[in-house]
Amino acid sequence: MGRFGTKSKKGTPAISTSSLPDIIFMLLFFFMVATTMRETTPLVKVSAPKAFEVQKLEKKSLVSYIQIGPPTNKKLGTESRIQLNDRIASVGEVQDFIIAERESRDEIDRKFLTTSLKVDKEVKMGIVTDVKQELREIGAFKINYSTRKGVKK
Amino acid sequence: MAKKLTEINASSMADIAFLLLIFFLVTTTMDIDTGIARRLPPPLPPEVDPPDVKDRNIFTVLVSKSDRLMIDGKPGDIRLLKDQAKEFLENPANLDNLPEKEMKQIDYLGEVAVSKGIISLKNDRGTSYDMYIQVQDALTAAVNELRNELSIEKFGMKFEDLSNEDYISAIKSAVPVSISEAEPENIGDK
Repeated sequence: MGRFGTKSKKGTPAISTSSLPDIIFMLLFFFMVATTMRETTPLVKVSAPKAFEVQKLEKKSLVSYIQIGPPTNKKLGTESRIQLNDRIASVGEVQDFIIAERESRDEIDRKFLTTSLKVDKEVKMGIVTDVKQELREIGAFKINYSTRKGVKK
Repeated sequence: MAKKLTEINASSMADIAFLLLIFFLVTTTMDIDTGIARRLPPPLPPEVDPPDVKDRNIFTVLVSKSDRLMIDGKPGDIRLLKDQAKEFLENPANLDNLPEKEMKQIDYLGEVAVSKGIISLKNDRGTSYDMYIQVQDALTAAVNELRNELSIEKFGMKFEDLSNEDYISAIKSAVPVSISEAEPENIGDK
């Protein structure tokens, strides 16, 4: 017994894990604050082009997203498609989408609605121009071309 | 003490926190949305002719379907576009072939020369979106540089560091984003 006793006194004590929950909670809070909930499942692949002079998109609740890119589902081919909310749509449905987005916001907020165009960099301008014309007709003038922030050389 | 308080076992707290952490990692995204903000023009009434603009006040940028640039009638380079656009908007030497300026009284700035120049951007339906964004980016950069210069001159700090809303709108009206996009034409589909 004496032999064991001396040994245990000299050996290193177990590392205290009582602060582990605190550390994990800290990480948890960091992620809760720094991230946003995923809202829609992507049906089109969007890899945004890079730009330098970008602005942050503010007031996310007042932003409606239009995604344009090649569909992720290979059965739909490679031609660029428009995604509104959770489905693939045609150019003609853009106006209805904007009207629906407006209806879902408060009266006061409606004029601040921004349309964020998330367009893949491989997409040709034709479809983007069509969407822009639709937005002009319905009066959704505030738009934002979604880009990634490039690194300045 | 008659009865000893038993401590609550907290060793599973870490597991619970981990579980929550992993849940948030999976369901959330980190991306901060950034982008180039633009205002679309209202649709043109069909019977009204577009206003006449003097030739010297227009800077045309054409992007072909093979992503090549034509700047003011000459083949151009995307790397030089920013400086060309800036020179056009600024017209530092008051040249005759560069845009006119109009003296305007703006609050907080006093009398400022506001350029009448308009950048006219026209692209083909076959232009790639990447190229289009690069052009938009270069033009925005030109405007932002001019705004920065004016802001440093008047308020001693960069435009993006300004916090006073009145100053920001004063600078914005002194250096407007005058980019006009041509009405799309249905030529060269795809």
